[in-house]
Amino acid sequence: MLAFLIRRISQSVVVLLVMSVLVFGGVFCIGNPVDILIAPDATPAERDRAIKELGLDKPLPEQYMRFLKDAVQGDLGNSFVYNEPALKLIMQRMPATMELAVTAMLMAVFFGIPLGMVAGIKSDTLLGRSIMRFSILGFSLPTFWVGLMFIIIFSVYLGWLPSGGRGETVEILGVPVSFLSWDGIRHLILPAMNLALFKTSLAIRLSRAGVQENLQMDYVKFARAKGLTNTRIIGLHVMKNIMIPVVTVLGMEFGGLIAFAVVTETIFSWPGMGKLVIDSIGVLDRPVIVAYLLITVTMFIIINLIVDIIYSILDPRVRLGDQN
Amino acid sequence: MRQKLLIVLAIMACFTLGATMAHAEKLTLGLKGEPTSLDPHFHNVSANNMQSLYVFDKLVRQDNRQKLQPGLATSWKPVSDNVWEFKLREGVKFHDGSPFTAEDVKFTIERIPNVPNSPSSFTGFVSNIQKIDIVDPLTIRFTTEAPAPLLPRQMAAFPIISKKNAEGASTEDFNSGKACIGTGPYALVKWERGDKIIYKRNDNYWGEKMPWEEIIVRPITNDGTRVAALKSGDVDMINFVPPADVDGLAENKKLTLSESPSTRLIYLHLDTDRDDSPTVSGNNGEKIKNPLKDFRVRKAISKAINRRAIAGRIMDGLAVPASQMVPDGYEGTSKRLKAEEYDPKGAKVLLADAGYPEGFKLVIHGPNDRYVNDADIAQAIAQMLTKIGIKTEVNTMPKSVYFGRASKLEFSFMLVGWATDTGEQSNCIGALLHTYDKEKGFGSSNRGRYSNPDLDATLEKALVTVDPAKHNELIIKATEMGIGDLGIIPIHYQVNVWGSKKGLEYNGRTDGYTLPRDIKVTK
Repeated sequence: MLAFLIRRISQSVVVLLVMSVLVFGGVFCIGNPVDILIAPDATPAERDRAIKELGLDKPLPEQYMRFLKDAVQGDLGNSFVYNEPALKLIMQRMPATMELAVTAMLMAVFFGIPLGMVAGIKSDTLLGRSIMRFSILGFSLPTFWVGLMFIIIFSVYLGWLPSGGRGETVEILGVPVSFLSWDGIRHLILPAMNLALFKTSLAIRLSRAGVQENLQMDYVKFARAKGLTNTRIIGLHVMKNIMIPVVTVLGMEFGGLIAFAVVTETIFSWPGMGKLVIDSIGVLDRPVIVAYLLITVTMFIIINLIVDIIYSILDPRVRLGDQN
Repeated sequence: MRQKLLIVLAIMACFTLGATMAHAEKLTLGLKGEPTSLDPHFHNVSANNMQSLYVFDKLVRQDNRQKLQPGLATSWKPVSDNVWEFKLREGVKFHDGSPFTAEDVKFTIERIPNVPNSPSSFTGFVSNIQKIDIVDPLTIRFTTEAPAPLLPRQMAAFPIISKKNAEGASTEDFNSGKACIGTGPYALVKWERGDKIIYKRNDNYWGEKMPWEEIIVRPITNDGTRVAALKSGDVDMINFVPPADVDGLAENKKLTLSESPSTRLIYLHLDTDRDDSPTVSGNNGEKIKNPLKDFRVRKAISKAINRRAIAGRIMDGLAVPASQMVPDGYEGTSKRLKAEEYDPKGAKVLLADAGYPEGFKLVIHGPNDRYVNDADIAQAIAQMLTKIGIKTEVNTMPKSVYFGRASKLEFSFMLVGWATDTGEQSNCIGALLHTYDKEKGFGSSNRGRYSNPDLDATLEKALVTVDPAKHNELIIKATEMGIGDLGIIPIHYQVNVWGSKKGLEYNGRTDGYTLPRDIKVTK
C-alpha cells in the first residue's frame, strides 16, 4: 500500500508540472490581458506602468520560472483584477461548489441506484421502461437548457423556488454552508437537481446493468435455492456486487462534477469557483485560470486515489500494492 | 411519530415566514456585472465605479445625463488660469461619524497614484494637479501645471475616502469592509463574493433620503437568469435587459421597463495610415494600395450602411443612429453633424470616382462577446458593403483575443465601441482621433492611426482653454474635423433598458449605472 502511494504521488508531481507548462503556455497564447484590463483611454505611460506592475513585461520563460518558484512555496500568484491571491479566491469559492457537487452526487446515488435496481428487476414493466426513458432524457438534454427550464417552471411560473443565488448561509467552522437554513436549502434544490440529472441517469444505467447481470449469476440461484428472501438477496448480495462499478464510475465523475459545474453555476448564478473561472477567462485573469486548472488536476488525482482505495476495500481481490 | 412530523413542519413554517416577513423595506437589485474590488481607486471600470457610489460620494456629481452638479463640493471656480478653488459641503459625516474635511480630499488625491497593482488606475484624473492647498477645512485649491478646464470633470471621476479610516489601508481592507467607509447614502455591511453585496442605509446622509433600509445587490451575469430572477420576483430590479427580451417583459403586467440612450458608441475604425493594409485586397486577392486612405471610399462605406435598419432590426429598436462621438445634447456636441443617411447609389458613385468601380475585398473584424449583438452588426455591415461592391468577409472573435490583436494593428477594418464615462468629448477625441503619440499620451486607442495636425492642434488648445464657451467651441471644431473626415465611422449609440417590478421606476442614466437615487417609488 505504501509503495503504491509513493509511486502515485511522484507520478502526480510530474503530471502537475506538465500541466502547469501546458496551462501557462496556453493561457499566454490566448491573448494579452492588458488590452482588456486597462481602461481604453489610459495614457501609454499609464499602460506601461500597469504592465510592469503586473509583471507582464517579462518574457514567457521568465514569467513561468517565477510562477514555479512561488508555486512551490504555495503561492499561485495574485489575481490581476482582484489583487488578492488566486488560491485564496478559489478557496473562498470552493465550499459553494463542493456543497453543490456533494448534494448533486447524493441525489444521484439516492435516486439513481434504487431506480436503476427497480429498472433492472422489473425491466419488462411499464415502470422499468419509464425509468429507462427518463435516463435517456437525462443523458441527452443539454444542462443549460434543463437549467433554464427548471427556472422557468419552478421559479417563474410556479414561484416555488428561487431562480438563483445562494441564499442564507450558516457558518460551520468558518465555512459558510447553505444546507442548514431553509432559505439556503430552497436555493440549493434547483441547481443541485440540474447538476444531478446526468449523474442520476448514469447511476440508473450502471445499476440496472449490474442487477441484470448479477441476477443471472450462480450465487443468486444458490441463494434462492437456500430459501433466502428476495429482499435479502437483492438488498444485500446483489447490491454489494453492483456497487463496485458504480463506486468507481461515480467517483471519477465526482471530480467532473466539481470541475465542470461551470454551466450550472453560471445559469443559477451560484457563487462557486466555476463561475469565478468563467469570469476570469473573460478578462484573461491568468493567475486565477492557471491556479484553477492546477487545483482541478490535483483534485482529480486525489479523487482517483480515493476511488482506488475504496475499490480495494469493496473487492479484496484487488491488491493495490503488488501490481508490479 | 406524528408529533415529530408536526415539530418539523412547525420549524419549516417558521423559516419560510421568517424569510418572507422580514425586511419590508428591502430592495434587491440583480445587476449584470460584479465589481472586482470595493477599493474605489483600484480598478477604473464601470461596475466598480458604479458600486462605489453606493458607499462614497464624489466632489462633483454627474446627473443622469452626465451634467455636473454639486456633490461633496458645493461650488468651484477658477481663481486664476492655473488654480481652481473648491468649496466643500458643511456638516457632512462619514459612516463612522467622523467629519468630512479638505484633509480627506487631499488624502484621496495623493492616494490615487499609489494604489499597488492597479490594473487600470485613476491616475490620469489627478496627474495634472501640481499642488494642493488647504485654505480652511472647507476650502481647497488645486494648482495645475497648465490651465485645466476639465478639472471639475476630473473631480467627478473618483470618490472621496476617509483619511482616518483608509490611511495605510490596502485594497483588501476595502474588500473586507474595514476601510470601506464613505459619506455615501449607504454603508457596506458585507460582500459575499459572487453572491451578493449587502448595504444598510446611512441615516445621516446629507443628500436625498432613500426609502430602503437595506439594499442587496446580486451579480447575475447570465442574461436569461437575470430576466428570470426579475420575472420570478427574486429581485426587484435588473439592468441591461437583453433586447430580445424587451417585448416579452413589456407585456408582463407585473413589471415596468425604462430605457435611456447610453454614451456607448458603436463605430467602425479603418486603417487610414498604411499603404499596405493587412486585410484589404483586390477582387482577385491581389495586393492593392489601401483604398481606405481615400476619403471618397470612406464616405461610400458610411453611406452604404443602413443605420436605421441596424437599429430597428438587429438591435430591436434599442439603438440610436449616431452622428458623432457622444449623443446629441451633451456638452460640446456639434449641432451640424447628422447621422449619415442610407444612400447605396451615392456610395457606388463615390466608389467609382475613387477608382474602384468594381469594388475590392475587405475583412471586417469585431468582437462577439463585448457589445450588444456585436457579431450580428458586423454581419449586417458586411452584407451592406457587399451590396455596393466591396466584398466583405466577417471575422469575429472573443474580446479577450480581439482587443489585443486590434491594438497590434492586425486589422484594416474593425467594429469597436467606446463609452465616454466622463460625459464630455475631449477624452474620446484624444484617444480615438488624435495622432498616435506615445509621449504625450494621445491616440492610445487610435487603431486606424488617423492623423490630422489641425485636429491635434485644436484639441490641444481646447485642453488649456478654461473659459467653458471657448472650450466647447474648440471641442466642437475638433469633432467636426475628425468625424467630417471619417477618421472613425459612427454607427449607433446603444440604448440601455432596466426592468423593475410595478411600483418602482428607473430614471435611466446615460452612463448605464444603476443608482438608488435614480429609482422612484411610484406607489
